[in-house]
Amino acid sequence: MSGRPQIGGARQTFAPWDDPAARPLVRFEGVSKGFDGAVAVDDVSLSIYEREFFALLGPSGCGKTTLMRLLAGFETPDAGRILLEGRDLGPEPPHRRPVHMMFQAYALFPHLSVAENIAFGLKRQGVARAEIAARIEEMLALVKLEGLGRRRPDQLSGGQRQRVALARALAPRPRILLLDEPMAALDKKLREETQFELMALQQTLGTTFMIVTHDQDEAMVVADRIAVMREGRIVQVGRPVEIYEAPADRYVAGFVGDVNLFEGRIAACEGPLIRLATDDGALDAEGAGVVGDAAWLAVRPEKVAVHTEPPADGRNRLAGTVLDYGYLGDWTTYLVETRPGRTIRAARANATRTLLRPLGCGDPVWLTFAPSSAVVLTK
Amino acid sequence: MGRGPSAFNIVSVVLGLAFLYAPIVILVVYSFNASRLVTVWGGFSTRWYAALFQDRQMLDAIWVTLRVGVLSATIATVLGVIAALALVRGGFRGRLALAGGIYATLVMPEVILGLSLLLLFVAAGLPRGFWTVTLSHATLTLAYATVVVQARLRSFDVGLEEAAQDLGCPPWKAFVLVTLPVIAPAVAAAWMLAFTLSLDDLVIASFTSGPGATTLPMRLYSQVRLGVDPKINAVSTLLIGLVATGVIAVYLVQQRDERHKRLGLGHT
Repeated sequence: MSGRPQIGGARQTFAPWDDPAARPLVRFEGVSKGFDGAVAVDDVSLSIYEREFFALLGPSGCGKTTLMRLLAGFETPDAGRILLEGRDLGPEPPHRRPVHMMFQAYALFPHLSVAENIAFGLKRQGVARAEIAARIEEMLALVKLEGLGRRRPDQLSGGQRQRVALARALAPRPRILLLDEPMAALDKKLREETQFELMALQQTLGTTFMIVTHDQDEAMVVADRIAVMREGRIVQVGRPVEIYEAPADRYVAGFVGDVNLFEGRIAACEGPLIRLATDDGALDAEGAGVVGDAAWLAVRPEKVAVHTEPPADGRNRLAGTVLDYGYLGDWTTYLVETRPGRTIRAARANATRTLLRPLGCGDPVWLTFAPSSAVVLTK
Repeated sequence: MGRGPSAFNIVSVVLGLAFLYAPIVILVVYSFNASRLVTVWGGFSTRWYAALFQDRQMLDAIWVTLRVGVLSATIATVLGVIAALALVRGGFRGRLALAGGIYATLVMPEVILGLSLLLLFVAAGLPRGFWTVTLSHATLTLAYATVVVQARLRSFDVGLEEAAQDLGCPPWKAFVLVTLPVIAPAVAAAWMLAFTLSLDDLVIASFTSGPGATTLPMRLYSQVRLGVDPKINAVSTLLIGLVATGVIAVYLVQQRDERHKRLGLGHT
């Protein structure tokens, strides 16, 4: 992350990826995979560290599931290698890899009870009977399903099945647990609860987790680091705060959260600040670039302040009228038209119970944002 | 929907059932006839059943039929499962041709199948008898077994097999420990269907059987030509009972399987 400002560094103590001496648990080296001529994974190199909660984020069809299946052994790379603790996994079939997967549709064995499902992997490892019984109890307690060991999968709710799938994959103590859209089938409320439980579980066990998801909120909540994928390639790898506050390009900025983009040319560089000449006037933001190059200024809606009175003169000031707004309860998002055809999103936290809304459609407003709250992107 | 069936509905159902089952009911009733004359009711008796169990030839025929049925149904089911796997999972060229080849025997006239098998056995110099009938019945019933298993495999979630492999099973073991138990009802149904088909077959058995391997339908047919003996009613009743049990069992097993699937076992 050289050249970029370090953000939120104080709270983060777990960062083996910044330690040049740390050995990655899993390493993808130039891995590519195609299906019938279409490229699914394109020259991906990636390191995942012990105890890390790693998220692969991208829209459907971006190759994230294929990348996970390559690690599980269900697909064979066309090029490149996948290493686990420095050992090439290439020749090993799925059943010999110490990598377990929680399937999206859970894939619970319908003819076996919950306990037998959990014991399945342990039996294959030849674990002793008494040990298996103990491990089943331990796993049931871990996923809070005590007493349900004798049930069949069809006698469980969706959330319970998800927990059984998790327990089954964790029981044989994998070196890394792969989770394929683990919460896709749960409703919003349950999904949020489960996200926090999953994080707590990962902390308790210290197992490395790799999750595949298309839900950026989910990735932001659970992951230590996120890899954003697009069309088989990894666009950016970083901590959630880096992905959100210092996106590598316009694609990442737009995929993770909302963003306002201003297209222009770099007019001047003053230390960490860049002045961009745009159709909305000269705007300042942080970043790096070469004078004269095309660039984009990106600023998140919640970093754009909305004023009802003209603010004191300063940088990054835009006048407009409220075109529309959306009240979300905790936030209100305003769509402000600064000139015909140009709208900017600004979000305000509803910190007080303003039952009489202070702003409505057609009201004149002024928008400002601090140069340090915006970032210049060159891609 | 509170209205019951109309008079027309009732009449048509009664007539339809009568048309289908009256001959069978008559046969079953007359199997308990005390009289030797098939057309005269002489009171209730089980003497023909007793006589049947004295008839060495008839017992031999029953024994041959059961052995042929069990063996041919087993061969057809094993091959049917393999063929269904190839048809559903295999990504090889010529899969359509294989499917066509298998289904063709469903519509092939039995006489032609029987004749061609006979020619094959003659050409190969195989003595006709128990094994040739068994093999021929396996050929006849293979297509049916394949269709039944294939239908189930199509709705089987391959994710289950992947999960088993992921948890440490080599592919063959994943099949044995997960796929086979899950599709077991369909496999059982395929076996029972094959067994029942083998049990009724007269045409193919007539072509491919030899001395010492007379099946029950062959025995019945040859006896009827000499005049109807009430023992035939008795043995036919037993045969109907066996076939009906098989058909009902298949139906029940499939119903249970359907119900399981409808409950949604985490896969679609």
